[in-house]
Amino acid sequence: MAEVKLFGNWGSPFSCRIEIALKLKGVEYEFIEEDVYNDNKSPLLLKYNPVHKKIPVLLHNGKPICESVVILEYIDETWEGPSILPKDPYERAMARFWTKFLEEKCFPPMKQASWSTGEEQEKAKEEATELLKILEGTLSGKKFFGGDSIGMVDIVANFIAHWFIILQEITGLELLTHEKFPKLGQWLDDYLSCSIIKETLPPKDKLTASFQARIQAATTSK
Amino acid sequence: MEDEGVVLLGFWSSPYVMRVKIALEEKGIQFLYKEEENIFRSKSPLLLQANPIYMKVPVLIHNGKPICESLNILEYIDEVWKDKFTILPHHPYEKAKSRFWIHFFDKMIFDIGRRMWASKGEDQDAAKLEFLKSLKLLEEELGDKPYFGGDQFGLLDIALIPFSCRFYTYEMFCKFSVEKSCPKFMKWVNKCNERGSVSKALPNPYKVYDFVLEVKKMLGIE
Repeated sequence: MAEVKLFGNWGSPFSCRIEIALKLKGVEYEFIEEDVYNDNKSPLLLKYNPVHKKIPVLLHNGKPICESVVILEYIDETWEGPSILPKDPYERAMARFWTKFLEEKCFPPMKQASWSTGEEQEKAKEEATELLKILEGTLSGKKFFGGDSIGMVDIVANFIAHWFIILQEITGLELLTHEKFPKLGQWLDDYLSCSIIKETLPPKDKLTASFQARIQAATTSK
Repeated sequence: MEDEGVVLLGFWSSPYVMRVKIALEEKGIQFLYKEEENIFRSKSPLLLQANPIYMKVPVLIHNGKPICESLNILEYIDEVWKDKFTILPHHPYEKAKSRFWIHFFDKMIFDIGRRMWASKGEDQDAAKLEFLKSLKLLEEELGDKPYFGGDQFGLLDIALIPFSCRFYTYEMFCKFSVEKSCPKFMKWVNKCNERGSVSKALPNPYKVYDFVLEVKKMLGIE
């Protein structure tokens, strides 16, 4: 039995985060694909995450760890290798703060701006723009949110670098551009050139097709 | 921000602030407490400077640097003042479990807590049932241990206990008894209340209830 198993989905930014972290640490793992988008969850997933019934779930020596940010901290504490969180307590607190900021403040309006229309979309776009300005500010003098190398905040920002950029291309939204946000634009380029990121992100054409299918399904069901 | 050692910006009725007070007390850390007296109408310049994004308490200011978000603050305190009373469990798996349950509870109470005192009828009933379901899940996690941390009062205990001062309020609005529905949970509450750090930090539940009545009036909620 593999010591480390990851329950995830090929298209999920959340399980992708965990794969990035495990690869950064050089940890071998078995990936178990869960058909979550068709609500076809396996009995094992339901057993290991009975509270939320969601991916990702990391199984280490038979013990499940749930919630992607909790898993990232667990991985950093358990395995040697490049640090996901900084060593300094204040810098760690800042990394945790910005991680939560991304998840709770940034991603919802960014998703809303991508999937909605009309006034709802306009409002979401305004909100997302203000939040992107704040993020742009945090990159001052840094290559990555984590400094010289990728850290927790960069890992969690995978949604912006890949999923959101693809949604922008499909919908014609121009929220995050190199012109409007030069530092974020540079971060995107540097992030997407990292070999671990490149090999872990789901294929662009597959993700594009899946988004287009969802948009199609949403418009035809109206 | 001036360097005044350790400063805590708070508001007396915030359970998130109580978490930090308990942790500082358990660690024997001297701190200056600054109450945001007018938090609903006008926040102090110091709070706006220290937490410009969320403008919320608690904020811990240490050596002139602000740390926001209660869980971040608890982890920071534990990492900086290492020699006295350990807050976080030792093993990464136990840390992960504590963090998981705190996220679970915080997400739940943010929505459910308000619905229990602010809404009526079916919505209020549904909130009450969800609240009790969550406490029962936590009772399972507690098991036969004296504390969530085992023999030691720890992170999850510190995170949860402040909400017990709101139980009377929830019970009055929703007509139920936590003691009757979740006796094991109340046994744990009573054990925690024996600790000086907890009894010092938690306000009188009747004062909390009166305050919620005032807030309802102020917000125009019947």
